[in-house]
Amino acid sequence: MGRIEWAMWANEQALAAGLILLAGGIVGVAGQFRGWEFASYAIAAGVFVCLLEYPRSKRAKGTSVERTGQYCFTVCVKAFGPVTRNYYVRAFLHAALCVPGGFMLATVLGCVCLGIASLIYLAAALRGEHWEPILPRKDTRKPVAESIKSPPQNPPPRPPPEIRRKQAKDVEGAAYDNPMSVTDDE
Amino acid sequence: MANWIINHGFPAVMVLVWMTINTFLFVWYYLQYDRDDDFYYTRHLLGSALAWARAPAAVLNFNCMLILLPVCRNLLSLIRGSFVCCSRTMRKQLDKNLSFHKLVAYMIALMTAVHTIAHLLNLEWLNNSKLGVYGKLSTALSDLEDEGNETFLNPLQHIEADPQQKPIKFAFTSIAGLTGVVITLSLILIITSSMEVIRRSYFEVFWYIHHLFIVFFVGLVFHGYGRIVRSQSNTDDHNATFCKDRPDDWGKIPECPIPQFAGGEPMTWKWVIGPMIIYVCERILRFIRYMQAVQYRKIVIHPSKVLELQLRKKGFNMEVGQYVFLNCPSISQLEWHPFTMTSAPEEDFFSVHIRSAGDWTDQLIDTMQKLPEGAQGPKMGVDGPFGTASEDVFDYEVSMLIGAGIGVTPFASIMKSIWYKFKECDPKLRTRKIYFYWLCRETHAFEWFADLLQVLEKEMEERNLGDFLTYKLFLTGWDQGHTDQVIVHFDEDTDVVTGLKQKTHYGRPNWDKEFDQVRKENPASVVGTFLCGPAALAKVLQKKCAKYSDVDPRKTKFYFNKENF
Repeated sequence: MGRIEWAMWANEQALAAGLILLAGGIVGVAGQFRGWEFASYAIAAGVFVCLLEYPRSKRAKGTSVERTGQYCFTVCVKAFGPVTRNYYVRAFLHAALCVPGGFMLATVLGCVCLGIASLIYLAAALRGEHWEPILPRKDTRKPVAESIKSPPQNPPPRPPPEIRRKQAKDVEGAAYDNPMSVTDDE
Repeated sequence: MANWIINHGFPAVMVLVWMTINTFLFVWYYLQYDRDDDFYYTRHLLGSALAWARAPAAVLNFNCMLILLPVCRNLLSLIRGSFVCCSRTMRKQLDKNLSFHKLVAYMIALMTAVHTIAHLLNLEWLNNSKLGVYGKLSTALSDLEDEGNETFLNPLQHIEADPQQKPIKFAFTSIAGLTGVVITLSLILIITSSMEVIRRSYFEVFWYIHHLFIVFFVGLVFHGYGRIVRSQSNTDDHNATFCKDRPDDWGKIPECPIPQFAGGEPMTWKWVIGPMIIYVCERILRFIRYMQAVQYRKIVIHPSKVLELQLRKKGFNMEVGQYVFLNCPSISQLEWHPFTMTSAPEEDFFSVHIRSAGDWTDQLIDTMQKLPEGAQGPKMGVDGPFGTASEDVFDYEVSMLIGAGIGVTPFASIMKSIWYKFKECDPKLRTRKIYFYWLCRETHAFEWFADLLQVLEKEMEERNLGDFLTYKLFLTGWDQGHTDQVIVHFDEDTDVVTGLKQKTHYGRPNWDKEFDQVRKENPASVVGTFLCGPAALAKVLQKKCAKYSDVDPRKTKFYFNKENF
């Protein structure tokens, strides 16, 4: 498994864990379970993890595929600078976030999934990976040459009028082949 | 519309049948658990969450049975082979096995979510019943224990010091709970590592984590062994509608003996044991095939790091357009990777051209490069051949073959086969003329194909059959560098990019012009158009075929074949 960037899988796992934590929390609160306070915490933690993990990082090698509409999330996550860039921070953050989920059955699955995501992030951090925002590329156009800006002063060179007039008699030679159909019946 | 029915009708029907069975199972088991008298008392404790947990369980049983089948490629080959006479459409649909596997997986994930949430509610309400939170009847039912002449209904038997922890404790100490957590976790890990991003970039992670399905199936089979879904077994003696209001009189009056309960038998193994055995047979067959000796006839490293392997295996019979799976234990024990074959069936060996496209291929090319001259390569396991043969190509007098990018690979096999059949005047071959269109962004990694075209070009010139094959290469990714080169080498006979006699075109083909040319050169012929490339191009070609075809038998007819190589 030479070229794997563990962060890519950690990201998928953490996003899934966030959703599961959120779902478990909703069930706990809606069903008014014993320990529903932990469930309401799980809802908040789940939403936070989803927002943090939604923007995919730019890959070190290869093309990065964005998630739909992730640009605004990228900007928010980028604003926190080194805290969100560093995967050690993320690993410990997820480990800390997942602990309260372990006190109630409805949220325990989210807790374990987030714990696993935290371990994968730790592996990513140990391999020196970090989060890079995917930003839209600005295409640099080649600078326009000076000569284009001023229009030509003289008309283009033409053959003398005698040669030009001959074309009216030679209809066959004057016609040219259209590469695309110019008639209407398509 | 007719085209859609031919190409997509069968899978659409299969998906419809599958959804109908799922819906039927869900509704049937929901009603059973929601209406049956046996479950009256159980429903009193759990409400409709009981039915909401059991109905997805039935759907899960069905889908876990199905999920192993589409990945048994040898079994599918066997079925495909038995459809030899009729129904090429049937055979083609078996190639869409992976799409079905994914669809079934989504259903399993959805049903797992419903099942888990329903059981979370169940456990919470069972806990409350045991603690006497609900009415008299619930408490009475929960007090029944598995001793004396009583059988329990509520599986949460003892009251804990911290009632909030009771459901978690039960989940991790009961068979159903523990297996449930383990298999749900395996399912989640399998799904996150199967996301397209991970699968396409880091195949090894996907493949190795996917083997957690073994844990999944073992846990699934044992999931029901605790028999904790209880139903009343003495409904004849104890009528719930009458006795529910008299819990204090149970066992004291003749009409209401103490209600007895029994757990439901584990059913899952009956559903999944068949496919599990079939899958084990599939893996054994792959192992046997892997043990069969494969000799290297020739190993060639082409420019742009393309490896050609010419192999021989006893009893191996291929047809055009098929693919094989290769396994190289010195690189990775568990991985099998598919490659389309580039040799013709008429040759006494089979060949594959392997491009550098990831860890495994890179290591393979590396190993081959380090081999001394004339040595045999590392041990290689070959599974296959798989895929539907593209024999239709031979049935048309005139064929237009269009290959885009990597889609050109099956055409190597097809064109070689056509050429062999033509030389031997095979009566099955009706083709008199071939137009081959090769579209690619750059010829990097396809120089070997250009070599093949050169060889064919030379052989045809020798037999004065220069007209048999007309090919055009379209480089869609040209830049200033290309143009400069072309300008310099303008006068030369052969093309600067490929070395072929026919010059390279730049940009995408003008299909109107191409179809017009084919029509002019082949009046009163039936032309078969074959594409191996992107779906967008398929749509364009389909329209052109319709546009340039004429019902008049003196004029040309174009048939578009949507082949899935």
